[in-house]
Amino acid sequence: MTAVRVRGLQKRYGKTTAVDGIDLDIQRGEVFGLLGPNGAGKTTTVEILEGYRDRDGGEVEVLGVDPGRAHNSWRDRIGVVWQSTADAPELSVAEITRNFAQYYQHPRDPEQVIDQVGLTEHAGKKVYHLSGGQRRRLDVALGIIGDPELLFLDEPTTGLDPEARRKFADLILGLAQEGTTILLTSHYLDEVETLADRLAVIARGVIVAEGTPKTLGGRATAVSTVQWIGEDGLQTLDTATPAKAVADLYAAHGEITGLTVSRPTLEDVYIKLIGAENE
Amino acid sequence: MSEPATLTAAQPSSSRPPARMPRVEPARALRLGLVRTALETRMFFRERDQIAFVFSIAVVMLIILASIFTTRYNGLDVTVSQVYAAGLIGTGIMAVSFQNLGIAIAVERDLGGLRRLAATPMPPSAYFIGKVGSVFVVAVIQIAILLGIGVAFYDLDLPSTIGTWFTFTWVFVLGLAAMTMLGIAASSVPRSARSATAVITLPFVVLQFISGAFIPHTDVPDWLLNASGIFPLKWLCQGMRSVFLGPEAAVLEVTGSYELGKVALVLAAWMIGGLALCLLTFRWRDNHTK
Repeated sequence: MTAVRVRGLQKRYGKTTAVDGIDLDIQRGEVFGLLGPNGAGKTTTVEILEGYRDRDGGEVEVLGVDPGRAHNSWRDRIGVVWQSTADAPELSVAEITRNFAQYYQHPRDPEQVIDQVGLTEHAGKKVYHLSGGQRRRLDVALGIIGDPELLFLDEPTTGLDPEARRKFADLILGLAQEGTTILLTSHYLDEVETLADRLAVIARGVIVAEGTPKTLGGRATAVSTVQWIGEDGLQTLDTATPAKAVADLYAAHGEITGLTVSRPTLEDVYIKLIGAENE
Repeated sequence: MSEPATLTAAQPSSSRPPARMPRVEPARALRLGLVRTALETRMFFRERDQIAFVFSIAVVMLIILASIFTTRYNGLDVTVSQVYAAGLIGTGIMAVSFQNLGIAIAVERDLGGLRRLAATPMPPSAYFIGKVGSVFVVAVIQIAILLGIGVAFYDLDLPSTIGTWFTFTWVFVLGLAAMTMLGIAASSVPRSARSATAVITLPFVVLQFISGAFIPHTDVPDWLLNASGIFPLKWLCQGMRSVFLGPEAAVLEVTGSYELGKVALVLAAWMIGGLALCLLTFRWRDNHTK
């Protein structure tokens, strides 16, 4: 079943075209990553899907409903994790979570959600006193309190330390295992690689590549790089047949030093994809 | 991105669960509005800055001004202290509504609180019921404190007839409603949380001086007082004077009358105009998003 279906999405701000004809299909139960540099149009796209922003053109269906005309009953089925809870500094974690639970028809149990995001021992703490990582966890708690079918996470781990990011990833994977469809944006490649079942790279308002983390941008079949240290220093050879290249090297030189065979990392592919667009 | 068209074609929209409910859900909006009223009131009294800046300003000004200026008006049984005690009720009402909401909502918008709420199924009307409700609760407490101080220290007499209590009630309700609407509307003016206090407080303080609150109406030049008559505060203070200074002090007014009809008219007009302004200009979005 399709959770999100987008065709030819367009959005302009004045004379700038932020989103220039995007197509997207996200299946139910999928964790989908939207990757791209700042200003590429990913936040705009997500905000249109959330019903927070109007579009200028194209078709959008989120859980079978046009977000531009959605009613409260549709908002009951989606969850949005915003960046940084700083808006109710004087409320405690438990107070704000219980309060948000009342807005939904079928909320999760607030105590359970607080436990799930690992804030049980801070439940009585005021938002003001929470650390950055704890606030992000509270953001997630408020995003999932309504037991959403579809969860939007826009750059969820920006500003978190590595340990907090790892815990955060576990949290997201846990939600995905429960069957929540997740749309994640990020500019951390490793994060998307760990979390996403499929991903798309967006640059200058268009999708430049789409696939699984392993196949994106022809990564699976891309040329490998063979490096070794020869008489003139470091040698580099790009080849589609790395095993043969190594065998040829051995045949020609015997044992060689500093030999490595590497495939392009997701980052290499990504830089190439957005670089080509940014030239 | 393969065969997307066939995917949707295989799923006629009629097979999907009905996603739409009636747009208006008054009972739910009211219930959640009361939930938010309780929450907003709790937040207000926990925010020390707000208490100092919004809740205490009329109390502090009353104690300072009514203690310094104590002269009795010639031939009348009215003191300047009493004029202050009556006029500063207007200040108190404007502070907890206009100034409070103008700053608080601007900060809430800037820090992302509004858009977080907008993404939930909470009806938008519940948010406004919560604001109006909490402002009402805070205003009642504010007025009780001001009246208590006025009666205890500055010879203020509580209304003694049902008629004056009635006048007091409608002046209070109309004035509070107008100032609340204007506060919600004004919250869209500051561009950030940091500038909110300055942007909202300047017009607030200026109005206090020209409308007969911080300076007795008898000492404000007539032309200035007439100019301030464009704004609601002058009429709110005037209405309160009619309640607390009694009919003989009406000679102190510019026109020699409290003009209660005009008070009602101007306050009601500001309430309706303020509501229209809110409906036209209110933004759930912050200023950072393009």
